[in-house]
Order: sequence, then C-alpha cells, then structure tokens
Amino acid sequence: MSAPMPAPTEEEVRAIVSGQLHLEGPLLPILHDLQHTFGHVPRMALQVIADALNITRAEVHGVMSFYHDFREVPAGHHVVKICRAEACQAMGAEALAARTLEKLGTAWHGTTVNGAVTVEPVYCLGLCACAPAAMVDDRVVGRVDDAKMDRLLREAGA
Amino acid sequence: MRIWVPRDSAAKALGADDVAKAVATEAASRGLDVEVKRNGTRGMIWLEPLVEVEQDGTRMGFGPVSPADVPAILDGTSDKALGAVDDLDWMRRQDRLTFARVGVIDPLDLSDYEAHGGLAGLRRAIAMSGEEIVTEVTESGLRGRGGAGFPTGIKWTTVLNAQADRKYIVCNADEGDSGTFADRMIMEGDPFCLIEGMAIAGLGVGATKGYVYLRSEYPDAIAVMEEAVRVGRAAGLLGGDVLGSGKAFDMEIRVGAGAYVCGEETSLLNSMEGKRGVVRAKPPLPALEGFMGKPTVVNNVLSLATVPVILEKGAAHYAGFGLGRSKGTMPIQIAGNVKRGGLFETGFGMPLGELVNDVAGGTASGRPVKAVQVGGPLGAYLHPDQFDTPFGYEEFDQAGGLIGHAGVVVFDDSADMLKMARFAMEFCAVESCGKCTPCRIGAVRGVETIDRIAEGDAEAIPLLTDLCKTMKDGSLCALGGFTPFPVMSAVERFPDDFARHREAAE
Repeated sequence: MSAPMPAPTEEEVRAIVSGQLHLEGPLLPILHDLQHTFGHVPRMALQVIADALNITRAEVHGVMSFYHDFREVPAGHHVVKICRAEACQAMGAEALAARTLEKLGTAWHGTTVNGAVTVEPVYCLGLCACAPAAMVDDRVVGRVDDAKMDRLLREAGA
Repeated sequence: MRIWVPRDSAAKALGADDVAKAVATEAASRGLDVEVKRNGTRGMIWLEPLVEVEQDGTRMGFGPVSPADVPAILDGTSDKALGAVDDLDWMRRQDRLTFARVGVIDPLDLSDYEAHGGLAGLRRAIAMSGEEIVTEVTESGLRGRGGAGFPTGIKWTTVLNAQADRKYIVCNADEGDSGTFADRMIMEGDPFCLIEGMAIAGLGVGATKGYVYLRSEYPDAIAVMEEAVRVGRAAGLLGGDVLGSGKAFDMEIRVGAGAYVCGEETSLLNSMEGKRGVVRAKPPLPALEGFMGKPTVVNNVLSLATVPVILEKGAAHYAGFGLGRSKGTMPIQIAGNVKRGGLFETGFGMPLGELVNDVAGGTASGRPVKAVQVGGPLGAYLHPDQFDTPFGYEEFDQAGGLIGHAGVVVFDDSADMLKMARFAMEFCAVESCGKCTPCRIGAVRGVETIDRIAEGDAEAIPLLTDLCKTMKDGSLCALGGFTPFPVMSAVERFPDDFARHREAAE
C-alpha cells in the first residue's frame, strides 16, 4: 500500500459491482471489493450499488456505516491495529496503546500528520495466548512491547 | 530430513516465517536435503515458533526458536531441544478429538489429511440416510460450541424435517470473544476438517450449499479456508458429486466486516444477506427461516469440525468423554496473563483451578491470580475461591458464570476490576447493534454509572445492579443480556475494587 490509491472511476466501480452480483447477498462482498481496490468505499459508488441491487442509496449507506471495517475516506499508507480486548489488557495492552497514541500524536482512528499510519482499535485478533497483539495491514504481531511497537512504527514510516 | 515450522498466525506473530526462511537458507548452505513443511500449531503457544525435526517418524521439538537458533538445531546441539513433541506433558494430558490433526499435518495437503483419518467420517455418512446421520450426532451428545450449548442434533432434526426447496449450512466463524482462538487454529491448521463437517451436515439435513462467515480480523484463516475450498473442489470433495456419492454440496467463504454482534446467529444471517447486522427476534428460528428465509443450520466452527470424528469413531466413543450432560471434549483456550498459554483439549470436568495453576502454570508475571474470565467479554469474572468448579455447562451456570466458547483469560493482582467492569459496558456500547433499548441505551448508562462509582458515589452501585437486571431481562440477544455477567461478577466478587475508589475520592 505504499503507492497512493488511484482515483476511482464510475466505470471501474460498475465493473466491481457487477462482478459480485451472482452471489447470494452480494452487498458485503461488493463493499469489501471496492475497499480493497480503492482503499475506501467512494461516495459515488453508493448510487451505483443501489441501482444494481434495486435498493435505496440510504439503505446502502445504512449497511456500510453499520460495519467498523468500511471507510468513507482512505486510511494512511499503513493501518496499525492494536488489540484492546481483555486477554491483551491482562498483559498491559492499555498502557501500550496509550503510549503508542501519544507517540503518534493522534487519537484512535486518527492518521499521522505525514499520512503514513492510521491507528485503529481492534477487539481480538485471536492471539490471546501471545498478548498483547497488534496487526500492521494484514501482518500479525504478538507479545508487542514498546521496542517492538517502535520498530513496527518505524518500518511503517510513522 | 523433514522440518516442520508452523504457519498458524500465532506462530507467525512470534516470527515463524523468519524461522522457516532461516531453516531453508541454512540447510541449503550446508547442502542438506531438507524439506521445510508448514503445519498448524500444536497449541503450545508459549513455545512458538515450535520447530519440529522429523527423523525416523519421530518429531523432535525445539522452541521457542529464533532464526539465530537454527544452526545449532541442525548441528544437534541446540539448547532449545524439548524432546519428542508427542511425549510432552501438555500433549500427553489431552484427549485430542477435534484437534487430532492440528499441528500434525500440512493443512492444505488433502492426502495428508486422509492419511490421518480425514474423510472417514464423510465416507461413512455417504452410506447412511439423513435421519441416521442426524441420529448419530444427537446420540453423541454434542452441544453447540459457540457458547449457547444447544444440542446440535436437535437443531439438525428441525432442519431435516423442514420442507423447503433449498436449505443451508452456515458456519459461524465470527470468533470475536477475547481469549478464544480455537476456531482460528482449526481453520488455519486443519481446514478440511471443517469442510468435511459441513459436508456431513449437508448430507444429514438435505442442504447443498454451505457458507463460512469468517471475521475480517483473521486474514490468515481466510486465505487458508479459501485455498482449502479450491483444493476440495478440485478433488471432488465439494461440488455436484461429493466423493462420488451422487450428492451435491458446495460452499463459499464470506468475510465479516468488524462487527462483534455478527457472532449472534440472526445478526450473522442478516449480515450475510447484505443487511445491517442487527439481531432478529426469535421465533422464527433460523432452523426454519434462516438464510434467505430458508431452513438453515447455523453452527459454530468447533461444532461442525467435531462432526467428522463423531461419524468416524461413532457417537458412543465421543459421548464416552465428559461430565454429566456436558459430553465429549472441549478445546479450552488458555490466555492472558499465564505462563503457558495455548489450546488444551480435554473431556469436560477438569476443575478451573487445575487448568489455571497446573496446566497453565499460573501467571506469566509471577504475581498471584486475581480473577479469571471464562467465556469471552460476556463471561463472568471468577474468583480463585471458585477454582474447584468443574469445566462443564451446568457446573459453570451454577457458579454464576458460563463457559461460552471456552476461552479462559487470567488476570494477576494488578488488574482493577472496576476498570474491567467499565470496559465490559464500553465494549457493549461500541458493539451494540442498536435494535433493542436495554442494550443500546443501557450500555452507555452503564459506563456513566460505573464512572460515578469510581468517583466515590456509593449510591450508584444499586443503580448499576438495577440496570444490569434490566439489560439481562430485556435484551434481545446475549450482547446486552450477558454484559451484566462480567459487570456484576466484578461488583460482587471484588467489592474492594469498587469501595477503594470511594475512599480514594474522599
């Protein structure tokens, strides 16, 4: 994700939408596919989806906004997710998260000024026996301490 | 020589990919004929990355391994040597039925799967009628492993007897509970086991289509399951003619989108249909009107992945394990502040204290255990006074808790139970689907009320108790209905943490 995402065209959106229409319940796969391609779900895609599925634009917005995963604007070049769930808390995740947010100078869901890193809370990565856990884009990391977090942030260009 | 390095995401999170590379590089530089195989994890997460060197059919373990340890392992001089993995205490003490192959085989090698007992259950099921398959599962005593503990065979009977042009098998792989990772482990370590279980379910109730609703927080599991479905389809395990039976069953992987509530079955079905993941009122039961309004089996990953061994070895064999009405084995996941965390599958009945102090070896920090949360974010906090409680559905219910998906999260004495209670309410507020008022509004008021207690307002405690009662009695699903478990168990069993704040404020 180091290169900026291309600006979506309506034609591209239409192609992605129509590629999923054969599925039973295609809306989530469509939203995932759009986000995977463009880094977010572009506003103009909502009407295209609504027309294709014969539902209202408001309904599409309602579904999209229900789920934590879908973004209206692109994230930073890398997304760092820090687990906030109980097993990680038992191993000091809360303090780790607080220090990380302070270092990055942002709050949860925020992006660093240079656009390199967006930081998100996550509730369980299934790495509860090697807590505290984090995920950088799709790469999982266990037993995260300050030194490991600093290295991850450095690699991500924060 | 064959060397196994796990590809499970817990092992990867601790550096297994770098270790695998180091093994291949070092072996090549020495001109050794080494085959590097990637397995699932054995479940001993404190030893990950756990490298196994296979010689004369015995797998010798080394762990936890860093790339720097690799030369000594190949020299035979490593101080990380553990001995034969099958002989390790952690492995010998278990009864691995559901997890028999996890960590042993190459997850995506169908012939390896078959060589270790895979497909035997499905082959037997193909020769049986739907009624016979469902009876076998009923007689095994298998109960829903997602948390509710509803008898799987009864659910299947309802779907079998429903009349419809289409039926579905839906696997709930939205494993969002903190402290649980058994679903992830089996999907990454033995995906064909889940596929086989779903195919058997399909033959049993007369469904030809299955879906796995898998949470987006598990990218590795998604990749393995998608590849396993492709392999299974190419090998004729899935498709129009399952293993030459003349019967059809195919399946798809669907990815969730970060909503915890979608682990609730009706919310999951709405999500799969492309709607907001709000909870549906029951009735109608999903068994009668589920996905797309058709009769649907919705089962947890572990329930479905246990079906093959039940069909392979028979209902009586499975029911021979366990305690009282909790029959069979439970893959218990031990996590949080423990010396030895991981997956431990054993017959129901082991006392909680033995799991925490003996199996897991107490806390990682070396400090005393203060509390143990069993069953995820909606499970009660248990006090060490309750450590003699045997691990079983009814036994935990009597102790004011629940076993849920069998996640055990241990906290040492630095834990502040008021903070944990507040977190439970905060989590419920973040994840509430918004359909019912006790959950949507109650969780927000719960956070505020606990903040009042933290500021020294003792009058807020009865208010919190009353609020919890309303949430418990009035919520549509377990999110609002069970959040009172962690909250009230913290209040009742750790009163000092709620009084101390009052003194501090005065």
